[in-house]
Amino acid sequence: MTDLNAKIKQVIEGEDVALFMKGTPQMVMCGNSLRALEALRRAGAPVTAVDILPDPAIRQELSALSGWPTIPQVFVRGELVGGADIVEELEQTGELERTLEERLGRDYREGRAEKTVAVV
Amino acid sequence: MATEWLRAMLANAFPDATELAVEDRTGTSDHFLVTVASPRFDGLPLIDQHRLVNEALAAPLADGTIHELRIKTKGTA
Repeated sequence: MTDLNAKIKQVIEGEDVALFMKGTPQMVMCGNSLRALEALRRAGAPVTAVDILPDPAIRQELSALSGWPTIPQVFVRGELVGGADIVEELEQTGELERTLEERLGRDYREGRAEKTVAVV
Repeated sequence: MATEWLRAMLANAFPDATELAVEDRTGTSDHFLVTVASPRFDGLPLIDQHRLVNEALAAPLADGTIHELRIKTKGTA
């Protein structure tokens, strides 16, 4: 296992909500990444963002791990929820908040903080 | 045209589709919205529905023909 692979796994498995995106929450570089971020924000999710743009290898390793070809990708407690379309649709139906409550506990909105971590 | 080619790939993967559309969102043949309605989606979680579409379009996703893909899936139930 490569160092990068291990770091990506660590984020997916260690963070409550991991968002792999183009850019950062402060400077989003892609419309779909923004759609996913905004849906997560509306649901009050504690987002840990990873910018995949610094190195093309991040995206390659991530897609190999998740079996999901496109960016963004959202994981909750290690499990892939989906990309922008899914997260947006789940947020609109209220299912995203239900999933977050189920996996993170009913008080997941408390102490909500957004952070960015680097894998390279 | 890329839209016709993608539509043919989807028709091949979902021969029982009741609705099938490919929209070139930007007119640049690389940003697409695909809509698929199929009985195969009935009762399937959204993520697995999208996985089936991603799998059907694996080649153009991998070679960069599709730069951005939006997916809308529907069951028929």
